Parts: sequence; C-alpha cells; structure tokens
Amino acid sequence: MEYIIIIIGAIFVNNIVLNQFLGICPFLGVSKKINTAVGMGGAVLFVMTLATIVTWLIQNYVLTPLGLQFLQTIFFILVIASLVQMVEIILKKVSPSLFQALGIFLPLITTNCAVLGVAILTIQKEFSLMEGVVYAISNALGFALALVLFSGLREHLDLMEVPKGMRGVPIALVTAGILALAFMGFSNLV
Amino acid sequence: MAKKESSFINMVLTLFVVTAVAALALGAVYNATKEPIAIAKRLKIEKAIGEVLPEFDKIEEFKTLPEGGKDSLTFYNAFKNGEPVGTAVRTYTDNGFSGRFWIMVGFTDGDVISGTSVLEHKETPGLGDKMKTIWADQFKGKNLTTYKLKVKKDGGDVDAITAATISSRAFCDATQRAYNELKKEEGQ
Amino acid sequence: MNQLQNFTKGFIKDNPVFVLLLGMCPTLAVTSTAINGLGMGLATTFVLVMSNIVVSLIKNLIPDKVRIPSFIVIIASFVTIVELTMQAYVPDLFDSLGIFIPLIVVNCIVLGRAEAFASKNNVVSSMIDGLGMGLGFAFALTLLGTVRELFGSGSIFGMKFIPGDAILVFVLSPGAFITLGYLIALLNRLKKA
Repeated sequence: MEYIIIIIGAIFVNNIVLNQFLGICPFLGVSKKINTAVGMGGAVLFVMTLATIVTWLIQNYVLTPLGLQFLQTIFFILVIASLVQMVEIILKKVSPSLFQALGIFLPLITTNCAVLGVAILTIQKEFSLMEGVVYAISNALGFALALVLFSGLREHLDLMEVPKGMRGVPIALVTAGILALAFMGFSNLV
Repeated sequence: MAKKESSFINMVLTLFVVTAVAALALGAVYNATKEPIAIAKRLKIEKAIGEVLPEFDKIEEFKTLPEGGKDSLTFYNAFKNGEPVGTAVRTYTDNGFSGRFWIMVGFTDGDVISGTSVLEHKETPGLGDKMKTIWADQFKGKNLTTYKLKVKKDGGDVDAITAATISSRAFCDATQRAYNELKKEEGQ
Repeated sequence: MNQLQNFTKGFIKDNPVFVLLLGMCPTLAVTSTAINGLGMGLATTFVLVMSNIVVSLIKNLIPDKVRIPSFIVIIASFVTIVELTMQAYVPDLFDSLGIFIPLIVVNCIVLGRAEAFASKNNVVSSMIDGLGMGLGFAFALTLLGTVRELFGSGSIFGMKFIPGDAILVFVLSPGAFITLGYLIALLNRLKKA
C-alpha cells in the first residue's frame, strides 16, 4: 500500500516536472520530438535509479556515521557526475545499441537537477532503500510521462498559427502551464 | 603562464588539491556556523512556545516516540513561579500536501488548546500555507474532550481552508497526535 | 567590450532567464512570492561571483581534462557555504527555498559562466560578469515573483493591499509556467518595437 502511494504520488500528484519544477531544462530543451523525449526519459530512468541507490548508501553508511552531512551536496554531485561517466563507458562496451539510443542524452543528465533533486529528496523524506528505489523509478516515469505528453503537444504546435511574440519558448511555457493545470486534477488522488 | 598538461599525475594531483581545499574550507565554515544554526533553531522553537502558551518562566523538555510514528515529539512543560501553566508539544504529520510538516501546539488544563504555530512546512503558498494565518485561531480555547478534531467534511468541527482540505486534515492529524501523546504521558 | 557593457549585458540583452533560458528550475519553483525570488537570486549571485573569481584565478593550474569536475567541486563548495550561512542567519528564508538551495549546484548558469567566461578571462572581468549575470538572474526572479504574488495573493513583498483571495492559480505551479511565458513574450515584443 505504502509503495502504491509513493508511485501514484510521484507520477501524478506531485509530478516532478509539472509540480516540483525539477528537470525543467531538458523538459524545455529536448521536447520537440516524441522520439528524443522517449530516449531522454529512458536515460533519466536509468541514471536516476542508480544515483538514488548509490547516494542513499553513501548518506547512510558514510556521511551520517561520520557526521559529515554538510558535505552532502558536494558528495552527491560528484557521485552523479562520475556515475554518468561510468554508465556512458560501460554502455559503450556492453551494449552499443543501447548506447546509440541513450548516448547523446547522458552528458546532459549531469546538470539535470531532477537527478540530484530526487537523491536529496529521498534522504529528506527518510525513505528506506527499497522505498527510495521505488520513489526514484516513479519519479523518472513521471518525468518521462510529462516529457512525452509535452513533446506530443509541441509537435502539433509546429503546425499552428501562433502570434509572433508568442512563438517558440513563450507558447511552449504556456502549454506547459496548461498541462500542469490538467495534472492538478490528480491532486486529491492520494 | 602555460596551461598544465593533461597527464595522469597532473590530473590526479589537481583533483586531489581542489577537493582537499574544498573540504577544509567547508569544514571551517561548518564549524563557524554550527553554533548560529543551533541558536537560530532554538530561537524559533522558543518563539513558537511563547506564541502558543501563556506567560511562563521555566521550561522542562523531553521527547517521546509515538506508536507507529517515524519521528519523536518534543514536550515542553512550562512553569511560572513553580506552578505548571501548560505544555507545548512539537508535533508533525506526514499527511501534508507536500509531505511532512511540523507545528507547535500548546495545551493548558490538560485538554484545552491554548494556541498553535507552524514551525516548518512545504505546503502550497496561498493555499495550504494559510494554516499560518488567522485560520488557526479557530483551535484556540477548544476543549478536546468535546471538540472533534476533524474537518467538517469528515464529520468533525473544524472549518477546512478553502481548496486546501488536505493541509487542513493534516493539521488536525498533527494536533491529534500531540494530544494523544499528551494523554499517554499523563496516564503514566 | 568595456566593463560596463560586461556588467549590464546580464540584465536585458543576455538575461539568463528571459533570453538564455538557463536556470529554469529555481526560476519557476521559488517565485511564488517576490521575497523568495529575490533571496534565491541573491544566493545564486553570490555563488556565481565567487566561483567565477576562483575559476579565473586557477584556470591555468587545472589540466583541461579535469576542468569540469574541478569546477563542479568549487561550485558545490560555495553552494554549501551559502546553505550553511542561510541556515544560520536567515532560517525562515532557508526553509521556504528548501531543496532549491543545494540545487544551485546544477543551475546551468553557474557552470555555464565558469566554463564559457571565467575559464577564458581575467579575474576582474570574471567577477563583473558573475555579478552582472547574477543580478540579472535575481532581477528576473524578483520580477516574476512580484507578478505572481500580486495576482496570486494580492500583495507585494508580503504587504497585502488587495483584501480577500486573489487569483490563486498564479501562485500554483501552472501559474509559474504561464506567467513566465507571457513575460518572455512581452519582452520579445518590446525588443522588436
């Protein structure tokens, strides 16, 4: 039951992009085509889950026992940056086809605040490792869902007659706002 | 000055020096701010106790872990001239719209709420955070042996904040938790 | 380019939020009130100025390949300093900005300026660049926060002058996207006129 609440909560109610405003850069940057949105979603799912596991272990077995919680930010960002590099190298060797699909998105993920954000939130919410993993996966799915929906909308926007000043980013932001409004309908779900 | 070459030894050395300096600097700042942070936290608690209880001159504090709860509540028994005037309880709920929030609830005469104050929260500005305003005044002076600490929608006596039923419910939950623990402590 | 231009470019011409579209996460998340926007803007400015100074000071001592990791460590240290200092002296603001303080680390503006400007320029220019960009960011956040607070809660910087409830959606998440969208559209229009 607890897990279902975490999953529904993270995907719909407190959607990471539309409600918590994490990962806005890729949300606006790589959402022009559905294909790239799916690729980015997959890469985030992969890295976010791994990063949450590793940072959780570091927080609970290294930082807290040593009383070094104030080094959290610096540790986590380094872990995520090196993790992304490692995933890139391993993928290239082990599964070139997967690397082709996700490769170009991986470097972008280091500066995706959604990954660091979820790692810190998992610690703040005092989740167990298992809950943390579920939380990370659901957040990644929520990110992918918002990204894919949004890119679908943007593909249609290209065909529309948009007033001059609104073209490009402004209309995209307003569209995202309306999408966020739609997601508010889920707010009594949990 | 020429740029350093990217040889292995240079890279390792640079990263080592950069991280070492960063760690040292942070350690120093951490030590320098440790006390002000503790004081700031302490001040906030004291201010909240002052808001929810009548005048007092001495405080005794202790913690309890509620059944099924994840974190402990803190009790502050207040005295004036040696006479007990009431108890402030630092309590929380996990049912807030954005997760956990902490409030301070004051009780006098065992069952009467003398005041509430929000300590930490992440509720939506403009909606859930109205619990910091006059909305919370409706709890003042209510005797919990007769007053039903639930929003009206759920058959209780509390007027929920418009469009923020979840936050209102959570606020009641936190208050109820404090009251339950208070009763349990009295029973012992 | 003289130093004055270097300083003012962050406000309008290369404004990080309205033009470069960097650092969107905190921009949207913390601007439900003007004071939060200003606080976040100033915290970011501090990190930006300090990391620009340090990066430009040691740019020649760092081998190219470990450039980015070193920059990240430097930035993360300053972020932690801001985090601890705010916790000590402005705890209320710290509480309301929440998780977005540690997330300054991944704010693309900071790393972006370190990489694009500070690693190629001298200390004084880098400092001015950081200050200009940071204040431009703060300006954008405060503007957005003011508009959202005015329509959403009927107040500015906490001073209420429209009684009763206002248009709540402005302080909620959809309002963040929509307000920023229209602000950018307005600026586009003004620039062309």
